[in-house]
Amino acid sequence: MKKIRTSLIILILLILASVAAGIFVYPKGYGLKYKPWSLGLDLVGGTSLTYNIDLTDIKQGDYEAVLSGLREVVEKRVNLYGVTEPKVAIAQKGNSYELIVDLAGVKDLKDAVSQIGETPRLDFREVIQEGENVSFIKSELTGRYISGASLTFDNLNKPIVTLEFNSDGAKIFEDLTGRNIGKPLAIFIDDQLSDAPRVNEKISGGKATISGGGDGFKIDEARSLVQRLNAGALSAPITLSNQRTVSATAAQDALKKIITAGVISMILVTLFMLFYYRLLGFFAVMALIMYTALTLAIFKSGLFGLIPSFTMTLSGIAGFILSIGMAVDANILIFERAKEEMKKGLTKAAAVEEGFKRAWLSIRDSNVSTIITATILYFFTSSFVQGFALTLGLGVLVSMFSAIYVTRTILRIFIRH
Amino acid sequence: MINVIGNKKIFLGIALVLVLASLVSIFYFGFRLGVDFTGGSLWQLKVPGTDAQSLENFFESDLKLDVHGTSFDRSTETYALTLNEISDSDRQSYFEKIKTKFNGADDLDFWHVTPSVSKELRNKSITAVVLVMVVISLYIAFVFRKVSRPVSSWKYGIITLITLMHDVIIPAGMFAILGHFVGVTADTNFMVALLVVMGFSVHDTIVVFDRIRENLMKSRQINFDLDEIVNRSVNETFARSVNTSLTLLLVLLGLYFWGPAGLQYFVLTMLVGTMVGTYSSIFVASPLLVLSHKLSVSARK
Repeated sequence: MKKIRTSLIILILLILASVAAGIFVYPKGYGLKYKPWSLGLDLVGGTSLTYNIDLTDIKQGDYEAVLSGLREVVEKRVNLYGVTEPKVAIAQKGNSYELIVDLAGVKDLKDAVSQIGETPRLDFREVIQEGENVSFIKSELTGRYISGASLTFDNLNKPIVTLEFNSDGAKIFEDLTGRNIGKPLAIFIDDQLSDAPRVNEKISGGKATISGGGDGFKIDEARSLVQRLNAGALSAPITLSNQRTVSATAAQDALKKIITAGVISMILVTLFMLFYYRLLGFFAVMALIMYTALTLAIFKSGLFGLIPSFTMTLSGIAGFILSIGMAVDANILIFERAKEEMKKGLTKAAAVEEGFKRAWLSIRDSNVSTIITATILYFFTSSFVQGFALTLGLGVLVSMFSAIYVTRTILRIFIRH
Repeated sequence: MINVIGNKKIFLGIALVLVLASLVSIFYFGFRLGVDFTGGSLWQLKVPGTDAQSLENFFESDLKLDVHGTSFDRSTETYALTLNEISDSDRQSYFEKIKTKFNGADDLDFWHVTPSVSKELRNKSITAVVLVMVVISLYIAFVFRKVSRPVSSWKYGIITLITLMHDVIIPAGMFAILGHFVGVTADTNFMVALLVVMGFSVHDTIVVFDRIRENLMKSRQINFDLDEIVNRSVNETFARSVNTSLTLLLVLLGLYFWGPAGLQYFVLTMLVGTMVGTYSSIFVASPLLVLSHKLSVSARK
């Protein structure tokens, strides 16, 4: 009797936990208010961009500073396009690095894709004049050293851009102007000559102005340059290597379909278990429902940081749905074994206990091979596969708990000697 | 009782024919590789009221783009075109042209992969496939490490591997045929599906072999009938082999018929793999065990 009472308490706790998990994962109501699901681009629509980072001109020791600077700048730049919650990340791949930009829910990118990578590389170049030939020599001073830019107007009311350097930049600028008194100093933006004002004296204090040369800036041009400079210049050049754009309608359609498919799959499995195993099947389905709620809660909560920044993708949901099909496998093995034991003359309750004991090895052996596959897929493939591998692998792991522990607890209460 | 061992020639024959046919189609047709393995662009568009041929013609003559392949879904009027690398700004201008030519065209999905990335994906996939095969083989060797007479444990391992090959080659052959006739591409998803099939189909084979081993240990007489024991074991585990696969098949069918079109071939690969996997664990693995034992016995004589 005592054993049954303990089982009953455990079952009630499990049911309460599952109900809480169910409310937590349900995409409407409290679950949405408290913490909405983090969905991948393939489910909400948007663009994912991967850039290769060219670090050839940068010393090994500076990598970290350059990379974090790059990330920060791209983030600011993406914000300029009004993207909500952009995700910008640096990923290391062997000896190279890449920058991943996820723009969720963006409908019309227009030139954002190219502008993220291309704007604005600014540098100062020394001008060497030999007779007719003019050559420009790159100086150390680049956009990296700009701490701010602002739009001002000169006494003719023409727009000029004022640059402000950080302390390192100010020092370099001071040396640079000191070396070039009486000569022009060229300012290049995106490798285009923008301006080449004559240096009248050594400038300290870290400020420079660009007038745009010739007819000067148009006010729009000046404003956009200021905006771009304030977002910062890229500390290393980047090139687009992979782009994936999914329209919002296609993504939402996929989300709707995969959820429908998941629900139908679950119903099919439930019907089969009820039809074939009757009462035992009913208990297995109870465990399966608890499994579904609890596992989804694990994914959504990210297990309190154990799964870093978990985002549900289409393939992730597919992996989870597959794990539903495998979750009842353990129950089938147990019930079949119990049937055999009953044929040998054991009572139902004894046969079920025996079934749990004897089937454990087959259950362990059969699940391990899937967990092996999922683990290898997780570590040796691209992000598409990782979501799938994670949900499938974790799902199978949790299902071993639910099919054995949860079902046994239920059966101990309802099937007695 | 199904007489699996008595009719082993028929069951093994069916498997052999399917495997050979698959191998022939793999070598004859080859695979049509996806953009993630070759580099390039995959552009999915919804274009009402046209067909693949005229869309392809428009791309080649008006947009001057090489179309390497088109797959389409008539019911939703979506077309997926495989192209060389195109930049995003070019794509925007192409799309404007497409919209003027085809009314109501919609831009659904664009995927662009440079050669360096595709090379990496290819290498990673090969690594993953090799690793899964090696680790699963080691795992099988581990599971059957306790030697059982009269069939030595390594034979269980080898036969499990043979059935795994069977389970992977048949859906791969189907993919080669689909690639040739319908333009379906073998991409990362395809590779993942095959690996998952390997993971799944080991299950059933292990369950059957476990039972054979158990029954062999129980009958310790010298003159036992291996045919009878294996046949009995297969029949005893028949229901659970079929049922565990059936629950998975139900889920896969749900995904295939109601799930998103993008996962269709991914699911189909697993569907076919799971079916042939169940077949092989019942009708291929055990007959092979008996056969290998007979061969070694006659060799000794």
